[in-house]
Amino acid sequence: MTASDVVLAIAIPLLFPPLMLGVVTRTKARLAGRRGPPLLQPYYDLLRLLRKGVVRSRTTSWVFLAGPVVGLVTACLAAAIVPLGANGALLSFPGDLIAFAYLLGLGRFFTIAAALDTGSAFEGMGASREAAFSCLAEPAAFFALLVLVKLSGAYSLGSMLGPDLPDLWARGAPSLGLASVSLFVVLLAENSRMPFDDPTTHLELTMIHEVMVLDHSGPPFALILYGSAIKLFAYGLLLARVATPFHVEGAALGAGVALCELLGIAVLIGVVESVMARLRLLRVPSLLVGASLLGAFGVLLLVG
Amino acid sequence: MGVAESEQPAVTTWLALIGATLIAASGLLALCVRRGPQLADRAAAASLAAGAVTALAGSVLALWNGGDSLLFEAGFPGGDLRLGLDALSALFLLPVAVLTAACGTYALAYFPAAAHPREAARLRVSFGLSSGGMILVLLARHSLVFLAGWEIMAIAAFFAVTADDRDAEVRDAGFLYLVSTRASTLCLVALFALHRVATGSFDLVPIGAGAVPPAIQSALFVLALTGFGLKAGLVPLHYWLPPAHAAAPTHVSALLSGVLIKVGIYGIVRVVSLVPDTPPWWGESLLVIGVVSAVLGVAFALAQHDVKRLLAYHSVENIGIIAIGLGAALIARAAGHWQTAALALAGSLLHVANHALFKGLLFLGAGAVVQRTGTRSLDALGGIANAMPVTALLFLVGAVSIVGLPPLNGFVSEFLVYSGLLRVAIAADGGPWLLAALAAPALALVGGLALACFAKVVGSVFLGAPRHASRVEGGDAPGPMLAPMAGLAATCAAIGIAPFALAPALAAACAVALGRPEAPLAAPFGAISLVALATLALCALLALALRARLRRAPLAAGLTWDCGYAAPSARMQYSASSFAEPLVRAFSFALLPRTRAPRLAAVFPGSGAFHSEVVDAVLDRLLVPAARAFADAAGRLRALQRGSVHAYLLYVWLALFALLAVTGMSR
Repeated sequence: MTASDVVLAIAIPLLFPPLMLGVVTRTKARLAGRRGPPLLQPYYDLLRLLRKGVVRSRTTSWVFLAGPVVGLVTACLAAAIVPLGANGALLSFPGDLIAFAYLLGLGRFFTIAAALDTGSAFEGMGASREAAFSCLAEPAAFFALLVLVKLSGAYSLGSMLGPDLPDLWARGAPSLGLASVSLFVVLLAENSRMPFDDPTTHLELTMIHEVMVLDHSGPPFALILYGSAIKLFAYGLLLARVATPFHVEGAALGAGVALCELLGIAVLIGVVESVMARLRLLRVPSLLVGASLLGAFGVLLLVG
Repeated sequence: MGVAESEQPAVTTWLALIGATLIAASGLLALCVRRGPQLADRAAAASLAAGAVTALAGSVLALWNGGDSLLFEAGFPGGDLRLGLDALSALFLLPVAVLTAACGTYALAYFPAAAHPREAARLRVSFGLSSGGMILVLLARHSLVFLAGWEIMAIAAFFAVTADDRDAEVRDAGFLYLVSTRASTLCLVALFALHRVATGSFDLVPIGAGAVPPAIQSALFVLALTGFGLKAGLVPLHYWLPPAHAAAPTHVSALLSGVLIKVGIYGIVRVVSLVPDTPPWWGESLLVIGVVSAVLGVAFALAQHDVKRLLAYHSVENIGIIAIGLGAALIARAAGHWQTAALALAGSLLHVANHALFKGLLFLGAGAVVQRTGTRSLDALGGIANAMPVTALLFLVGAVSIVGLPPLNGFVSEFLVYSGLLRVAIAADGGPWLLAALAAPALALVGGLALACFAKVVGSVFLGAPRHASRVEGGDAPGPMLAPMAGLAATCAAIGIAPFALAPALAAACAVALGRPEAPLAAPFGAISLVALATLALCALLALALRARLRRAPLAAGLTWDCGYAAPSARMQYSASSFAEPLVRAFSFALLPRTRAPRLAAVFPGSGAFHSEVVDAVLDRLLVPAARAFADAAGRLRALQRGSVHAYLLYVWLALFALLAVTGMSR
């Protein structure tokens, strides 16, 4: 990697993610016949929150503030592990996909702990759901990644999603197709989108992620929103790379293509959120197990 | 007298042996101290620490130079007695020594003789003997020595577990433990007898390729898996663990869970190293048993209300992870993929040491909370971090480690196990590929469940608002309890940040276990270390920045937001049971939870209570009913035992007649 590549690989994951949220919101507004807020609204929101004061519950301890901090840092590191187009990733080593999953796990652990630190029934509910659903989402992600591992014969994301990707699609298109669908479901679940969670709902009883951060305000809340945008970016980048069977040479061009794909995924999320209702919470596990089964079928197809 | 088997004196073996003697004699030494209970406590702890340091020195030296062995010409019917310390034994000796010293120090404040005059002396003697017995097992190169060490360890542990034997629950748990450990020894006696038949020697020497028929080889494996699996707690042989761990004094639970059950794993690895040409099904069955143990262990842990039972089920889970690594290594070894085998085995062996560290830490932390609050019930505790900040922080470190998250040690060993599995998945075809491809997502599921479980423990015990039994008597835990916990936590962090320091030791132990020349491990230790350091550094930076920002921001303290309700109380907090409920329901097919809910009949129902429990699937649903049915059937036979001489004369006559009839017919 040259110096400019490194700058690109640091700057894009830090600056681009809130735009994806803006595109999701705009898509939903257009499909509902509204104009919607400006595309850059998520950036304005972050700046506004950073300037605000903080209200803290009296029951909380330092863990309450550790949640946002660890959540943002782990999301950034996870994003640094996913290759950005032809550039490759900042951090790449055999087994980095495990680090990707477990870094996000660390963030989740501290987010849940911060939620439980408030002693609120609602935040406890959200934390419980987050813990339960992500448990079921992780196997689905691993099945999907296993398809790639088997096809490519490597277990670092850089090699799995490298220049050979078109060739992998040629050899295992059905498996990779199933894996892509499964990864998309995981993306929706892990980023608290419809049909798992309604990011715009106003009823605490039905929320998952939003209710976990009810007591956060001001700068810590900005860190949380920023962290979840980066997490969406990381998952989106992974999905975009797996699901598109072509490879573009050239660092800047590759990054540009990757960003276009990410915007496409944002539009797709907006469409899904416009045409679907949130699932009943009891039905969520079935959908996640279904995603795991899709991945497992992908794995089965590779028995030879 | 012992004779070294090479030119050099057998320094490492002697060091370990002296350490074992000091540890085993610690309780007896304390008995000789007549000047006050406190001095006796200190004498025992000092002897344990001195023994641990000596053994540790031997172990580090053996990892450095490959170890040595000793021969005692005993004129014994079983032949000369051989002891030795190689890299594999030394790697298991490390956690035994560390945890013995940590628990011994902890006992100074947790179980002082002044507060427990009746039990303390007995507990000290049995604790030391049990730990010394473990070291003897690790040193044994002769099957009779192995069995002797095993029995010292197991029987002494029985007396340590039942220290508080005025409690019926403790006596029951102790009986269950005793029965299981007898069954385990029975299998081991058969195992070593078979080994004697196969090799013609009581020495633990490798069985040559093709020296025994496959049936005998299979019998060896099944006996080892049953005998050692009973001690290690592999599902379905885990049933004794939760009651015993809950009943024992906490520092004994830590020793039991941290190292005693690992001696079972050591046994399996040692047997595997003695059979160089294992068929693939050994690895495959270990992999399947490991997955079942890991998933069921953590699922049962989630459903527990008692913090010590919960930690005990987590030991089942972690033993499962260790078995997964071992299974993957055996599959790879059978296929000739040595690098992959070494990688998976290194993960498995590192997890042995890691689990000892963080499970010891967690048990000691839980013990501090139990001592201060007087309850083990998760649903009764809350908000203890305010009263016990240091304990809370150290417990959090243990929790992050056991969940396998970066930047701590649990991540490193799970990473290696995953790497081994993925490499098996890449290289293998057909059945082994499917097994490896199912084990990796299963391990991810286990990771997620463990995360949920420890979020539940940390959240409900240490965070949030205090619940009804959260009154902490006397502030944070005292120094002798905090210091060992801090040491264990620091070691967890050190291994997480600098795993490469252990890489040569792991490679050496793998070489012994696989029977291959030593080769460096194909693992990206540098990258793991980089991820850990980056996580810590970025978190610290961001935390500092946030603190600086919050200093300037208008800061207000308020109530927790409860949707406008102005008087939230701690009773409205989400409890540990409700937190785990979605996952307990998802796993209800295995957990079979029993709930008792009040019936709501009238418009204004009276007060009611909700109760839920998850009993052990093997013990309470299988073994206890089976034992009861057997006892009932045996009770029917009692009708024969009438106590009248006439009846017995009749039996004698009938027996005689039957014998005559049989011999007559056979003519």
